[in-house]
Amino acid sequence: MAKLLSIFIGVNIFFLTAQLTFADDKNQLTVINFDEFEPWLYKETDSIYIINFWATWCAPCVKEIPYFEKLYENYNDQKVKVLFVSLDFPAQIESRVIPFIQRMNMQAQVILLDDTRANRWIPRVDENWTGAIPATLVYNNEFRQFYQREFNYEELEEIIIPLLK
Amino acid sequence: MKKSGILLSIMLFAVATMAQGYQVGDKVKDFRLLNVDGNYVSMADYPDAKGFIIIFSCNHCPFVVAYEDRMIELHNRFAPQGFPVIAINPNDTIAEPRDSFTNMQIRAREKGFPFPYVIDADQTVYPRFGATHTPHVFLVKRDGEDLRVAYIGAIDDNHRDANAVEDRFLANAIAAVQRGEKPDPAVTRAIGCTIKTRN
Repeated sequence: MAKLLSIFIGVNIFFLTAQLTFADDKNQLTVINFDEFEPWLYKETDSIYIINFWATWCAPCVKEIPYFEKLYENYNDQKVKVLFVSLDFPAQIESRVIPFIQRMNMQAQVILLDDTRANRWIPRVDENWTGAIPATLVYNNEFRQFYQREFNYEELEEIIIPLLK
Repeated sequence: MKKSGILLSIMLFAVATMAQGYQVGDKVKDFRLLNVDGNYVSMADYPDAKGFIIIFSCNHCPFVVAYEDRMIELHNRFAPQGFPVIAINPNDTIAEPRDSFTNMQIRAREKGFPFPYVIDADQTVYPRFGATHTPHVFLVKRDGEDLRVAYIGAIDDNHRDANAVEDRFLANAIAAVQRGEKPDPAVTRAIGCTIKTRN
């Protein structure tokens, strides 16, 4: 009986731990400054990187998130990487950003770029970026293009399909 | 071939979109836009102004909200020196109802804006300037009979904390203009809310 009980407790602890680990992943957001983020812009790889700059308060950004998610869903097995870079205020991570990521059930990776010196880092993403979001960088080893605009799904596909080998 | 054509046209479109609007040194055309007080505002209404701090602004954008108090301070400091602030809401008010004219009036009253807060109702002024987001600043200086762009970009280098600002880009640009020099930097960047249009 005691043995049975200990197994029962053990199994429960296992599930509890598993649940907590899962919950941890969904409740955390990687926060980095631009120097830490910059390597993401220059990955030496045969993958296609799609880096989308967004914020929860940016209505057109929110509108296009499902299109990037769909792209990720349809092409991540073909070496298409999607990274969402949130420019939300760090003070709102718990109250706003994480609940948003959960509500939208975002599957692609999300990080928060916390760097106020935007005049210093915006041109390092792209010389033509005035700072308006949404904005998206698409690159691979042979292609690099920055877009200061909104996308729908078809427009995103038109960009990446020629890059798929 | 067809796909690369599409790709090329997207790229050309992107480049063309970004290159539009005034560059530093360009002559600025006057505008006539409705202010929250019910009167129309033009730069010609200020014959004594040495220039203008034109700020493309709005109600809903958190980056604008973070700068509202600094916009008021800028006007209070520089209007007596001949550089008043004119805030222009470039957003389509159907696309972004929080930026409706009524809501602009409410916000102007709440904050006690000492400067005009006008609406670019037919969205013809912001493309001329090449404004892409809010807040987006264009410092205009008088050059004889003309008005010319002297500086484009951000108010300063820290949207989040006015006390942590290191570079007061706009204030430094005004000081340079006052000394008869060219602002350096003459163009800066900041994150902002894209200007809303009806699709």
